[in-house]
Amino acid sequence: MYRISLDSIDNLFAAISAVEKLYIPADREDGQSYFTEWKEGVKLSDNLNTFRSAKGLFFPQVQDLVSFRTEGKKIEVIDTRKETEDFVVFGVRACDAASFGILDRVFLSDPVDSYYKTNRDHGTVMTLACNRPDETCFCTSFGIDPSDPAGDISCWKDKENLYLKSLTEKGEKLVYALKDLLTECDENAADTVKAEVKAVMNELPLSNLKPDDFTGEQLSVFNSEKWKELYRSCIGCGTCTFVCPTCQCYDIKDFNTGKGIERFRCWDSCMYSDFTMMASGTPRLTQLERFRQRFMHKLVYFPMNNDGVYGCVGCGRCLRKCPVSMNIVKVMKSLGGDAK
Amino acid sequence: MINDTLIPSVAVVTDIRTDTPDVKTFRVVTQDGKKPFDHKPGQCAMLSIPGVGEAMFSITSSPTVKEYLEFSIKKCGCLTSWLHMIEPGQEICIRGPYGNSFPVDTDFVDKDLLFVAGGIGLAPLRSVINYCRANRENYRHIDVVYGARSMDDLVDYQEIISEWQKEEDMNVYLTIDRPQEGWNGHVGFVPNYVTELGFDKTRTVIICGPPIMIKFTLAGLTTLGFEKSQIYTTMEMRMKCGVGKCGRCNIGNKYVCHDGPVFRLDQLSELPDEY
Ligand SMILES: Cc1cc2nc3c(=O)[nH]c(=O)nc-3n(C[C@H](O)[C@H](O)[C@H](O)COP(=O)(O)OP(=O)(O)OC[C@H]3O[C@@H](n4cnc5c(N)ncnc54)[C@H](O)[C@@H]3O)c2cc1C
Ligand code: SF4
Ligand code: SF4
Ligand code: FES
Repeated sequence: MYRISLDSIDNLFAAISAVEKLYIPADREDGQSYFTEWKEGVKLSDNLNTFRSAKGLFFPQVQDLVSFRTEGKKIEVIDTRKETEDFVVFGVRACDAASFGILDRVFLSDPVDSYYKTNRDHGTVMTLACNRPDETCFCTSFGIDPSDPAGDISCWKDKENLYLKSLTEKGEKLVYALKDLLTECDENAADTVKAEVKAVMNELPLSNLKPDDFTGEQLSVFNSEKWKELYRSCIGCGTCTFVCPTCQCYDIKDFNTGKGIERFRCWDSCMYSDFTMMASGTPRLTQLERFRQRFMHKLVYFPMNNDGVYGCVGCGRCLRKCPVSMNIVKVMKSLGGDAK
Repeated sequence: MINDTLIPSVAVVTDIRTDTPDVKTFRVVTQDGKKPFDHKPGQCAMLSIPGVGEAMFSITSSPTVKEYLEFSIKKCGCLTSWLHMIEPGQEICIRGPYGNSFPVDTDFVDKDLLFVAGGIGLAPLRSVINYCRANRENYRHIDVVYGARSMDDLVDYQEIISEWQKEEDMNVYLTIDRPQEGWNGHVGFVPNYVTELGFDKTRTVIICGPPIMIKFTLAGLTTLGFEKSQIYTTMEMRMKCGVGKCGRCNIGNKYVCHDGPVFRLDQLSELPDEY
């Protein structure tokens, strides 16, 4: 394990960004933090977590797939994928770090999504343990430890120092490149911070929420009468899907740039009415079906297909952002138990 | 760069046949005149015209045809209308094949097969029927019940009359919804016709058509004593990626593009009724 004084943290960022692009959570005027490319003057945010997760660095909201040139009856397909630059993302919380594992299951399973894989291969993830989880956090429900985040390098922060521990070969390489700035320290150096976070977490209202209360057969959960009450307040805005680190639905569209045709993909939302629209109609006629789909996917379908791993990491973003205060926790609480 | 399934290849439409007022069948080969890829009966491919759109279509030609792929396409929107306007020689984009297939080399072997199709639903079944015809010794009797709104809407009538109907051990039953001048065949909806014909319940059934037709045919078959585990169908949902990643086409925990489109009815009935 290594440490660096918080006074020198900008030197650390400068050293990283001298070799690779670096993104850190930084506050904007709205007081919320966003992953921002570091340059002189960009300060690490004190916020618990970013408005949006770091998902966009690996699975961008809009991404070009391929270009076409057409002339008469002829079509030319142009592979516009460029060599991706290496980058580092610093300050990813434990929940968001776990979300990459979920996205990996989707995009790295056969057939591998090369766009996502390239970004994963080129990105080094430096996670940062939480100091003050809040009442919207429930990562521990999914077996995630906010005091011990995964990633290529895990970091902890106390009042004076940042502690770093590399977990992968990629992390090792980066730490090696930074070693002039770092001081080697005891493996237990971050234990006090870890203990403090755990104590905070145990006091939080959602720390006892258990997803296993929820495991029913897919048909019984799907057919539960409870959805009829739960969905009512949802206005189908899709906010929950856009801020969610694990939501992966996308659309593919063509755009004529005037010089050629660009095929791109962009995030989409199962909360939208045209998501499944077909010539013969849509199988998800009302918001009830669409609302149910989002939560069935995360809590039932995804674990069924992925060795029991849930499609939610308890980051709490959908709790904080839903305009009508509907969210996955309410769903879990309501359907836990007697939906079975 | 590694290949990516989302990046299509260019293919050429070499032949276009008008089957009905709103269905055309397109023959597609690579730029150097070969079959774009091998497939299994029931599989689909994504066809696109850059700037217009991309959509999933069943491969209607049999895997035993080694020279080209064929698609029967009903005009219903942006891309399909565009495809209906093109002329031979037009290049299009193609990627695939996607999805699972009918168990022609396992569960279907040595069985009496009953195909039930309505409208454009014949497109995916034609691939299976022609595969079975090409490997005739592997299967027992073949029955086809095929219906459309009118005489003009019966797809590929010529191949059915000139080849299928003449074959030994194969019966084709055609029907149209309403009486029409020049039509001496059966008149009535597919589900009723299937019940009237009263097939014995040892047959393996393969069914494809509009949801309402499927629903009523199944009710009829159940009355005749058929089990869900003898019945296969192919499903259709909105699709974008074709490979189980864009999250669009699921029925419960199954992605139709990847785990389907072919489902056995007993498997389908374990999934939420959301299709
Ligand atoms: C597995 C599978 C196999 C298919 N096989 C065939 C086939 O062999 N022949 C054939 O003619 N059609 C087939 N379809 C349907 C075909 O994909 C749609 O007709 C096509 O997407 C419409 O595209 P469009 O651009 O012309 O329509 P758009 O302009 O996109 O839309 C027109 C209408 O079609 C709807 N639509 C969009 N996608 C689909 C879809 N996947 N299914 C149904 N309606 C849709 C739109 O919501 C809209 O109402 C198949 C679909 C699937 C999923
Ligand atoms: S569903 Fe909500 S709490 Fe769970 S990962 Fe998504 S945004 Fe976070
Ligand atoms: S649950 Fe809330 S955030 Fe999600 S779509 Fe409905 S109203 Fe919007
Ligand atoms: S079409 Fe994308 S998941 Fe099936």
